[in-house]
Amino acid sequence: MALPARWAKKIEASDPADEIMELQMGPSHPASHGTIKFNLKLDGERIVDCDVEVGYLHRAFEKMTEQGTWTQVFPYTDRLNYASPCINNVAFALAVEKLIGIETPDRCKYVRTIMSEVSRITDHLTCLGMAAGEVGAQTVMFYMLEARELLYDLVEAVTGARLTVTWCRVGGITRDLPDDFGERIKVAFKNLEAVLDDCDKLLSRNRVFIDRMSGIGRMSREDAVSYGLTGPLLRAAGVSYDVRKADPYLVYDRMDFEVPTGEQGDNYDRFNVRFQEMYQSKRIIEQAMRQIPAGPVNIDDHRYILPPKERVYNSIEGLMNHFKIIMEGIKVPAGEVYQAVEGGNGELGFYVVSDGSGRPYRVRVRPPCFFGMGALNQMLIGRMIADIITTFGMINMIGGECDR
Amino acid sequence: MLIDTIKQRFGSQILTAETSHGQDVISVSREAAPAVLRALRDEPDFAFNFLIDLTAVDWLGREPRFEVVYQLKSLARNFRLRVKVPVPGSDAWVTSVVELWKSANWVERECYDMFGIEFREHPDLRRILMYDSFVGHPLRKDYPVDRRQPLVEEVDPVAAPRPPSR
Repeated sequence: MALPARWAKKIEASDPADEIMELQMGPSHPASHGTIKFNLKLDGERIVDCDVEVGYLHRAFEKMTEQGTWTQVFPYTDRLNYASPCINNVAFALAVEKLIGIETPDRCKYVRTIMSEVSRITDHLTCLGMAAGEVGAQTVMFYMLEARELLYDLVEAVTGARLTVTWCRVGGITRDLPDDFGERIKVAFKNLEAVLDDCDKLLSRNRVFIDRMSGIGRMSREDAVSYGLTGPLLRAAGVSYDVRKADPYLVYDRMDFEVPTGEQGDNYDRFNVRFQEMYQSKRIIEQAMRQIPAGPVNIDDHRYILPPKERVYNSIEGLMNHFKIIMEGIKVPAGEVYQAVEGGNGELGFYVVSDGSGRPYRVRVRPPCFFGMGALNQMLIGRMIADIITTFGMINMIGGECDR
Repeated sequence: MLIDTIKQRFGSQILTAETSHGQDVISVSREAAPAVLRALRDEPDFAFNFLIDLTAVDWLGREPRFEVVYQLKSLARNFRLRVKVPVPGSDAWVTSVVELWKSANWVERECYDMFGIEFREHPDLRRILMYDSFVGHPLRKDYPVDRRQPLVEEVDPVAAPRPPSR
C-alpha cells in the first residue's frame, strides 16, 4: 500500500543517520507506572533532550479544598500520595492544628507516628517493588507486594480502609489502635523481615540489577539541593536532611533512629536508602509501641472534635454541637502556617491560609515528587532510553501527588 | 534570632518582618525581591540554599491582590523563612528566581499556570498542569468554577506538528 504523499515526501527528505528523532513516550506507557509523557529528542538510543510533561492526573486538589469545610479536606489528602495516605492525613491535621494553636494528647501523637511509619514502609515497598519489576525482577515485585499486603492489613485494622483512610481529624483521630495491635504488628514484622531478607539476597548483589541501577540518573549534591530534591533522592546524594530530624514533629524527637545516606546520588543509592529506611521505620514503630501511653486520643475541645454519640442523641447541646461542626465546619482563626513532614518521597508540606471563616482560604501542598520530576530532565540527558525506566521508578512519581 | 538579624541586615529593603505561629515571615516589594533573595541565599548568616516551595495567594478585593510566597530552608543553619512579595492584580509580574534555585523552574510555571502571574526572565514560562488551550487561571478566586471549558479543537499531528518545547 502506498504511503500518503505527505508522509512519503517527509521520509524521502530525511537522512535517518544524522537525524534527531522525536519520540513521544507516554502518557500511558506500560513500562512507566504513572501517567506522564516524555517528549524525547533522540540520537539513536541516546537522549539529547527530554521534556517532561506532567498534569495528566490533575484533579484540582487545591481548588477543591476551597469549596468545603476544613474537615472535608481529609478525603482529598488520601488521594495525594495514595501509597502512604496516613502521612498526608497527619500532615494536614498538623498544619491546621498549628494554625489553631492546639496540641493533641500524647497517645494521639504516638498513634500518628506509628501509622506514618507503617505508611512509609508501604510507600517504599510500592516504589522498590515496582522499580524492581520494571527491570525484570518480577519475583521481587510480587514478594514486596505481598509484604505490603501485610502492612495494609495493619492499616485496615486501625482505619477501616486500606487506601482511602480519611482517618485523622483536626484535634485527633477517628479510631484508636485495636487492642491486639501489638500482636498483629509482631506477626506482620516477622513476615516483612523474611521478605526483605529474600529481596536483599535477590537484588543487592545481582549483576543485572546493579548494571541497570548503578551510576544511572546521577545527581550531585549541589544540583540535588538546587533542584529542591528531598527525601531518599536527596539523601542518596549524601545530604543528611530528614524533616523528622531537622524539624521534629509528633514524637520523633523521642525516637532513636538513623538517617541512611548514599554517596553517589545514583539510582542504586536511592534504592539502598529506601531499603534501609524501612528497617529504621520498623525500629521507630517498635520503640513507639513500647513507649505509647494510655489515655484519650482526641483533644477535649468540642469546638473541633465531634461530641460522643450518646451526647448527640440524648441532649440538645450535643446535637447542636454536632450539627454546627458538620454544617458550618470548625472555625480556624485567620492566619497562615507552613507545616512540613517527612513523606515517603521527601518533604511533604502544607501551606494553609485561613481568613477566619469555616472554609480554607487557600491550601497549598508541597508535593515532593513534583520537584523530583522537575529534575528528571537533568538526570536523563545523555543517557539511554532504557535508563528512563529506572530513574523514573526511583523518583517514585505518584500521579495523585505530583499533579494534584 | 533570625528575624532580628534579617531586620538589621536589610533594614528598609523589607516591608514587614514578624514571627507568627513560631514561623519567621518577611515581606519584600517585588522590586527589591531579587536582591534580597540573592542575599538570603548567598550570605553565610542565612545560607538559604533550598527553595522549598513557591506559590501564591489570591486576596481578591484587596490591593495588592496577589501575594507570591517563597518558602526557604537553610540546610547549614536549619532555618526556615517565608518571604512574601505583594503583586498588584492589574499588572501581575515578579522576577523569576530560576537563576538562584533551579527548583523554581517548575514551581514558577505552576504558579503562572494557576494564577496568571508572569515570572519575568523565566527561561520557559509555559503552562504545566493544565493544557495549552485552557482558558483562564483556575486558582484565581474569580475563576468561574461552575462553567465549562471550551472544547479543544482537533489538530492533525502530521499537518501541524506540536511546537518545539524550547
